[in-house]
Amino acid sequence: MSAPNSNYDPVEVSALDPAHVDAALTDALAAIAAATDLDDLKAVRIAHQGDKSPLALANREIGALPPTAKAEAGKRVGQARGKLGQAFAARQSVLETERDERILVEERVDVSVPPLRRHPGARHPIELTAQRLVDAFVGMGWEVAEGPELESEWLNFDALNLGPDHPARQMQDTFFLDPVDSGLVLRTQTSPVQIRTMLEQEPPIYIVAPGKVYRTDDLDATHTPVFHQIECLAIDKGLTMAHLRGALDAFVRIMFGPDTRTRVRANYFPVTEPSMETDFLCFVCHGAETWGTAEQCRTCGGSGWIELGGSGMVNRKVLRTCGIDPDVYSGFAFGLGIERALMLRHGVQGMHEMVEGDIRFSQQFGMGA
Amino acid sequence: MPLSWLAEITDLPEGASGADVAASLVSVGLEEEDLHGGDLTGPLVVGRVLELEETVQKNGKPIRYCVVDVGHHGQQITEGKHQEIVCGATNFEVGDLVVVVLPGAVLPGGFAISARKTYGRMSNGMICAEDEIGLGHDHDGIIVLQRLLGEEVAADLQPGDDVIALLGLADETVETNVTPDRGYCLSVRGLAREYWHSQGSPTGGYRDPAEVEVATGSDGGHPVRLDDETPIDGNAGCDRFVARVVRGIDPMRPTPAWLQKRLTQMGMRPISLAVDVTNYVMLAVGQPLHAYDLAKLDGPIVVRRSRPGETLTTLDDVARKLRPDDLLITDSGERPLAIAGVMGGASSEVDAATVDVLVEAAHFDPTTVARSSRRHRLVTEASKRFERGVDPGVTAAAAQLAVDLLVEHGGGTADPGVTDVDHTTERSAYRLDVTEPSRIVGVDYPRDRVVGILRDLGCVVEESGEGSDDRHVLVTPPSWRPDLDNDSPAPDYAEEVARIDGYHRIPSITPTPSEGRGLTHGQKARRLVADTLAAAGFTEVLSYPFVAEESGDQLGLSTDDDRRRAVRVANPLSEERPLLRTTVLSSLVDVLRRNLARGHKDVAVYEVGLVFRPGGPLARAPIPGVASRPDQASLEQLYAAVPDQPRRAAVVASGQIEQAGWWGPGRAADWSDMVAAVETVAAALAVPVLVASDAGHAPWHPGRCARITLTDGTLVGHAGELHPKVLAALELPARTVAAEFDLDVLSAASEEPVQVRPFSSYPPALTDVALLVAGAVAAADVEAALRAGAGEALERIVLFDVYEGERIEADHRSLAYRLTFRAPDRTLTTDEVNGFRDAAVAAAAQATGAVQR
Repeated sequence: MSAPNSNYDPVEVSALDPAHVDAALTDALAAIAAATDLDDLKAVRIAHQGDKSPLALANREIGALPPTAKAEAGKRVGQARGKLGQAFAARQSVLETERDERILVEERVDVSVPPLRRHPGARHPIELTAQRLVDAFVGMGWEVAEGPELESEWLNFDALNLGPDHPARQMQDTFFLDPVDSGLVLRTQTSPVQIRTMLEQEPPIYIVAPGKVYRTDDLDATHTPVFHQIECLAIDKGLTMAHLRGALDAFVRIMFGPDTRTRVRANYFPVTEPSMETDFLCFVCHGAETWGTAEQCRTCGGSGWIELGGSGMVNRKVLRTCGIDPDVYSGFAFGLGIERALMLRHGVQGMHEMVEGDIRFSQQFGMGA
Repeated sequence: MPLSWLAEITDLPEGASGADVAASLVSVGLEEEDLHGGDLTGPLVVGRVLELEETVQKNGKPIRYCVVDVGHHGQQITEGKHQEIVCGATNFEVGDLVVVVLPGAVLPGGFAISARKTYGRMSNGMICAEDEIGLGHDHDGIIVLQRLLGEEVAADLQPGDDVIALLGLADETVETNVTPDRGYCLSVRGLAREYWHSQGSPTGGYRDPAEVEVATGSDGGHPVRLDDETPIDGNAGCDRFVARVVRGIDPMRPTPAWLQKRLTQMGMRPISLAVDVTNYVMLAVGQPLHAYDLAKLDGPIVVRRSRPGETLTTLDDVARKLRPDDLLITDSGERPLAIAGVMGGASSEVDAATVDVLVEAAHFDPTTVARSSRRHRLVTEASKRFERGVDPGVTAAAAQLAVDLLVEHGGGTADPGVTDVDHTTERSAYRLDVTEPSRIVGVDYPRDRVVGILRDLGCVVEESGEGSDDRHVLVTPPSWRPDLDNDSPAPDYAEEVARIDGYHRIPSITPTPSEGRGLTHGQKARRLVADTLAAAGFTEVLSYPFVAEESGDQLGLSTDDDRRRAVRVANPLSEERPLLRTTVLSSLVDVLRRNLARGHKDVAVYEVGLVFRPGGPLARAPIPGVASRPDQASLEQLYAAVPDQPRRAAVVASGQIEQAGWWGPGRAADWSDMVAAVETVAAALAVPVLVASDAGHAPWHPGRCARITLTDGTLVGHAGELHPKVLAALELPARTVAAEFDLDVLSAASEEPVQVRPFSSYPPALTDVALLVAGAVAAADVEAALRAGAGEALERIVLFDVYEGERIEADHRSLAYRLTFRAPDRTLTTDEVNGFRDAAVAAAAQATGAVQR
């Protein structure tokens, strides 16, 4: 910085001439406005704001001025530099915005091209349906019980009040194992899980037992030798058929929606007494009797009701076999085929699709349907 | 059951249809099976065949052009000539009386009849077979009325007579499905009783067809001895035997038309008077009867168990070896005449020359009959009823009904001597708590309602006997309800009360378990594994666990491999697949093959399921009693006899696992995808696993098989590429890859809650090392050594490059690792990190001979 210099005449400095300063500013502003990209602007900045730029040179001359002239010249040059700085910043901002926008445009891709390197996998809907049913009961406080698929004859039949001569035992087509007197079979129902649970647990018992079962039926549209059941068993003090019906109502609402309900009638099953056969209101036509009409409901066949399956109060003999005092505890059991639930709920037409393992079947269901 | 027969026994409301009756029966728990008849409109008339001309068509089928006299109908009215009809059946001759349906009629199923041209000529109607008019299921030719109804009845028929009335075709029949506990409903008597209950059991509305005047037992009848030396479970094979004799029957007498009609309506074929009468009485009251030709019997009837070596040719002309448990009806105790309750023998059969008939009405033990029926694979109308329990109170009445019909229609005379060997015991009364039905059903039934229903059912209810009080009554079930005669009948009575009162009155109360623990760890783990594999790109499928005998060979298992010890199904659906799988892979490959056959090229599937690992021959599972809980030792033995059934998952993939696309070419599934699948699953369960190569584990490629274990060495499973020979044997594409692992092991290993290791917030220090190792050295071993040598500050180690090639020694690999170090309490210095790295490299050098490059 120059020291004040008052003892000699001021020298006319052309760089500080107002006209010169204005011209320098005008040139600079024109150059800024003409800069079309950030590189141009950078060059303009060096030319008009750098050390060698006219205004920088003018600024340097101020120190040589007499004190009386300094203020005015300083003000003039300062204002010009201020304006220039603002113009640079404004232009910089505009050009940066333009550049950013251009880059974003240039980086555009076609996001509609298929992105999956790997085909997504899927769960099998039988497993998903079983989970759905199980979860509903677990949510109500029930627990899941399981057992082996190769099971003892005693647990599969005898303990369920299906003695060797019981007519109902003849209805079942059982896979026996070699040697046939092994006392072992492929279980024909999930009911042996009930027996195992009752033998090993103290009541109250509230279990749901899903699983694979086996019968000697050839595969056709409605039969498969390997299929899936889900059974529920409740043993507690004071349970009645009204509780059984309540559980069945809950069950069909969970599976088929809140508008359905049950209809019950008498039937016979060896494992239960009294026994009950249950239908539920068709969740598609809601019970409209369309039989024989053009609008015949395909889900229920037009009757308005769909057969759910057998149920009943656990036979006292079965309780005794399991060491549970039938004078203290009562209970109920019910079950249904998971394939059937799947067919009803998802419009599956036949067994083949469910058992063949064609990946196109599972893949329609994703990870949970 | 025809409605006309029902109406004889109980009151049918005016205009009640078959559907109404079926619905009423459903309301008391008898399921409808089918409805027949009633849906037919005429004209359906008797015709006499006047002319027939048979030609053989181009397709080899004979066709008859017939002229039939149908009386004053059809072409007789319009054209003044007999009816011209084309017929495809050949079981009739000129002069036969047939059933003709004329244009304008509608047959069951909405089949409208019109005159139409067929085989080149006009057919003005149709000559009918049984099934076409809803009479039965027979379609072996058309009906010839002389054969169906007998010459005598047919003699009275005129061409043009209405067949709908003649054969009772306007009469609807209801077919119901009778459950095993309701044997009495296998009779019109029982069904009518149930229908009466469905109508509220109105007083006087039920007329028991078995209530007839019955000749009581007396001397002089045909001698009968019950001689069962080996009763089953203490129950004698036969506890009542009525024998009646009717002599002098005219064997030429036909069965009356009404009786024939009822048999055909019930789906049975008329045969001869004696046989038809026994069948009719069985249908009426549910008591199977048997008619013997008395002339073919030599001595007394003895009912006994079979002896070794005995045989009997039954009525179906099958020579049967009898078994010791079979209960037999024998002549003088020697010659077998019948398998009791199942089927009679040919040697004493009633035939066209029979004049003297012995009618047997007996009560046989359900178990005995069931066993014989099962042993001889012979299910008959009789065995069905005896198995389910026949009313021991109806025996004599049934015999009487048969005798009366034989006398009336056969012209015979009943012997005065009546044999009735009756060893049945009085049923005992049960002390029923009348509040029990309410307690079991959940509906409040007043005492009067309970007592009223039980009386309607035929029970004797004593309200004042010893043991009765204001809460208890003494109930004795009717003889036709053996199902109610058990040692704890309260639930049975409750069901009866609920059934008759109406199941629709049972309310709906949601049960509320007090506490639930949710899914077990194992159940959650299994879901997680299945979900993880699906999320990793594999599709879940299910396969049947039945595998072929050759499966072990195809998989290249050594002869002593434990996986060859499979359970064999005694009655497999297919002889080609008699074994139960010991690995999931063995049946999953079938699903892969099926998908490939359907044109899927890139398939990656998995299955989670049980395998059956007997480890040796099956143990014999005990069959304890069921009267009470078996003792713990028996239960342990029972559980132990059930073979091991671990839950396993298998994955198999073929073709590209990553597809080609705009990003470049696809990538074929390889061995590493399988190792990755197992590692991904293990990581999802937070279970650390170790991977080592396994050169000797079928069915994998010896150089591309990873053995995956827990850190304690427990085997989890195997993963890699399948052996080329296995792929050839299984007819699968080359380079198919697979993994199989034990879910139970992973589940158990993840059971304990994860204990968190503290982690540092100081900055990490990264350093790379490249190690030259001999080709046979496993990367996993190098990594383990590096970890061991690097010390506790090592946070992470990543193998980021593997190089083999010209720039390094032959048969060597260069493994490049990035090591991340971090201390819990400070920023590590460069010197410290270098020290750790050198220690790691030194450890790797010592363990594997690795040399830093």
